[in-house]
Amino acid sequence: MIPTIGLEVHTQLATRTKIFCACAVEFGAPPNSRACPVCLGLPGVLPVLNREVFRLGLRAVLALKGTPSAVIRFDRKNYFYPDLPKAYQISQYAAPLGQGGFIEIASGEKIKKIRLNRLHLEEDAGKLIHDQSPDTSHVDLNRAGTPLAEIVSEPDLESAEEAVIYLTGLKAILKAIGVSDCDMEKGHLRCDANVSVRKTASDPLGKKVEIKNLNSFRAVKLAIQYEIRRQSEALEKGEPLFQETRLWDEARQKTFTMRSKEEAHDYRYFPEPDLVPFSVSAEEIEKERKALPELPAEKKERFVREYRLSAYDAGLLTQDLKIAELFEEAARIARDNKTVANWITGPVFSYLNEKGKAIEDLKLTPALLSAAANLVKEGKVSLQVAKEKIFPEMAETGRAPEAILKEKGLAQVSDDPSLEEWVVQVLKEHPKVVDDFKSGKETAAMFLVGQVMRKSRGKANPGRVQELIRRKLKADRTS
Amino acid sequence: MILSEKTASQLSALYKEKKCAPDETLKSLGEAVRAKDARTRAYIQFDPSRARRRDVSKDAPLWGVPIAVKDNICVADEEITCASKILQGFISPYHATVIEKLLAAGAVICGRTNMDEFAFGSSCETSFYGPTRNPRDPGRVPGGSSGGSAACVADHTAIAALGSDTGGSIRQPASLCGVVGIKPTYGRVSRYGLVAFASSLDQIGPITKDVRDAALLLGVLAGHDPKDSTSANLPVPDYPEVLGRPIKGMKIGIPREYLSSGSGQSGISPAVQKAVREDAVRVLERLGASCREVSLPHTAYAASTYYIIAPSEASSNLARFDGVRFGFRHRGGKNLLEMYEKTRGEGFGAEAKRRIILGTYSLSSGYYDAYYLRAMKVRTKIKNDFDEAFKQVDVLLTPTSPSTAFKLGEKSTDPVEMYLSDIYTISANLAGVPAISIPCGIEERAGKPLPIGLQFMAKPFDEAALFQVAHAFEQHTDFHKKLGNVKE
Repeated sequence: MIPTIGLEVHTQLATRTKIFCACAVEFGAPPNSRACPVCLGLPGVLPVLNREVFRLGLRAVLALKGTPSAVIRFDRKNYFYPDLPKAYQISQYAAPLGQGGFIEIASGEKIKKIRLNRLHLEEDAGKLIHDQSPDTSHVDLNRAGTPLAEIVSEPDLESAEEAVIYLTGLKAILKAIGVSDCDMEKGHLRCDANVSVRKTASDPLGKKVEIKNLNSFRAVKLAIQYEIRRQSEALEKGEPLFQETRLWDEARQKTFTMRSKEEAHDYRYFPEPDLVPFSVSAEEIEKERKALPELPAEKKERFVREYRLSAYDAGLLTQDLKIAELFEEAARIARDNKTVANWITGPVFSYLNEKGKAIEDLKLTPALLSAAANLVKEGKVSLQVAKEKIFPEMAETGRAPEAILKEKGLAQVSDDPSLEEWVVQVLKEHPKVVDDFKSGKETAAMFLVGQVMRKSRGKANPGRVQELIRRKLKADRTS
Repeated sequence: MILSEKTASQLSALYKEKKCAPDETLKSLGEAVRAKDARTRAYIQFDPSRARRRDVSKDAPLWGVPIAVKDNICVADEEITCASKILQGFISPYHATVIEKLLAAGAVICGRTNMDEFAFGSSCETSFYGPTRNPRDPGRVPGGSSGGSAACVADHTAIAALGSDTGGSIRQPASLCGVVGIKPTYGRVSRYGLVAFASSLDQIGPITKDVRDAALLLGVLAGHDPKDSTSANLPVPDYPEVLGRPIKGMKIGIPREYLSSGSGQSGISPAVQKAVREDAVRVLERLGASCREVSLPHTAYAASTYYIIAPSEASSNLARFDGVRFGFRHRGGKNLLEMYEKTRGEGFGAEAKRRIILGTYSLSSGYYDAYYLRAMKVRTKIKNDFDEAFKQVDVLLTPTSPSTAFKLGEKSTDPVEMYLSDIYTISANLAGVPAISIPCGIEERAGKPLPIGLQFMAKPFDEAALFQVAHAFEQHTDFHKKLGNVKE
């Protein structure tokens, strides 16, 4: 079974005001408090394009190596829904802002080029609120008119994992160029996935199923996996598949039919007569291209070259501009690229993951990070203690790691007489393991080291402990 | 002295000489409306106590001049109905840009005039509030869609009025009521606050008792508006300043396709044909202009093109009237779809529904290329015709309407017949060029003087040429006085 996947990503552009009026773009404001006659679609109002939306869109097109359209036009997409005040969405249909382009992703060992079909600008709709009373729904139009770029890939993805890597890469680019904050919790990045499955590569593409409502990377992954499984099973059983739109049900971890091809909307697109097409000069495009910052892929290459990191580590460090900056500065201070890289891909990432935080939420500075890394390197504290006891406090308070170390009495024990005492105790407590070691079972030593570490509550220098144990047992063996 | 019978420029002069005050004008209008509006029903609402004005310098060009407004132009905190049930109860929270401009120029905004529902029509008969009647003969229509605005100006129940013109909605009623109406170049006047019918064709313009007032008002209304991306960022000439300039040597083109000698334009009444082709031409030549026939070869396609493009845009523009946020809503729908269907089913009149269905069809997948896209291509050809013609002549002369005012009910059962009453006016909207209608004759019918109108068209943004030639014609023929529009 061969899956074919394409993604349509809606990303919110980081402008202060909306795409066609001067209302503030603001998440979480009281309902309808950020809505003017234009947002409300009142009779007689007209849209006026926010030029910053166009500029950010153009930036994204250039960063994604697409070709910008020479003339910027908008179209109307007509359909009725209470969250769409004009009953049409102003979008770009016939002439998208950008065509083509690609994103390179690392899939297994190889680098894969995922081609892009288009990038177009459009306005967001409002939001329906259903939980205010049992028999009425409410409309909040604060979000109506929020600028979006829709980025459509070609069907070049072949697994749920690839889809997530693609999204990660896209997010990194959009963040790096300041086009979008890509905050998924605030709906800055929303994704629809087109999934089909066929038996062999020589078969024509299977019936395309569009999955909507994918609001996290996790949902993207699970929904695509589910859909591949569902379609593969149907194919194997010889059951028919239909072109349709399905919704991902987060709670039940399933997709279900939203509408079939027959029920698909006819959007009656036509050129938006209220906006005058305008052309973009080659100079304007060049100016914007030159102003692009270093892109994640370029940064990654440079990290491999300059810091001698593995492509994998360099990739991890360049997905977020703030992380990349933290690394570069900390590595400079610590004069040790590899150790700092390990610190970030290890303790820092697992802490962020565990707490669900972003690097900006921490009080971690390059100086603090390099200081913590040096403490471990100089043997003043074990990596484990540094990671578990020192790092969280340092990251949350911004206090120097040395101070935390001293205050908590976490200094690593290397020479303390108590170290030898713990070793002797452990050897006594585990005679069977000691025998195993003596009969040549190397892993037994690791167990004994672990036991000593436990007794020391992590303070013992594991290298030193191992050395001591080996010396003692060797002495025993020869005696 | 009856103030309601004055023109805007006459009132300005009287105010300057301190012979009267704006409140007296309003009072006079109030009396005129009370006495005469029951006969014409030109207003949807006229209430001098709700008059809007701003405290501006007495030197402002329209200081103290009351202006009536077609009921599809938003005035803040006033109801706006577009003569449709579906907008019932909706109060606009904002002023249209033209209202802001009028207030800044000292005008007094007073009265909302009747119209065809959403400006769909040429007779003012499709209004939810009932038809307006022609003050020259109440058995006849005032034309449309700005029928209320033309009727109240002709009837002296207004000094001047705003109309909107998508296919002739200012000019045709001006012609049928015997007053002056100008559709400016597309982009000359901001559309912000005009409830859209067909966005690529709509323009707001004045309907007045004489050419001078039209020039005065357009000077106030015109100009770039940052709130309307389609408004042109071009300087506005001093229009009243061109009035009185001789037209000696002006080259006037007569499109042969517009007259009965041309192809495919049957239906022009002999009276209109004579008034325009013979009488008007004679006058213009006497004034030193040279008239000659020109060709606008794609004229025959204008009506079909217009009736694809205008309803297509209208079907989209009118989609927002869905009962969700404002205006009429059918209560008791079982679900969202039923609420939509019943709200729109009950809220829109027959002509609005006809155009929404026509437009929806033209834009539908599978039909778009054959209808909408083809119509857009023909529109370009029609525009090119005008570009070519204006290489040869300064202005074009045509009738405004094929006939004088027709009787109520005469065409309302036959939409195609009704659509053809705009046959001479729609090309100017498709091409985006400015066009003015002024009285050029009177046809006696059953003892009633029915006005005949002629239309001048000029190249884009050359409204000044229209005022120049229209004013020269008016001053020489005096139809504005013969029809009683201007009294000394």
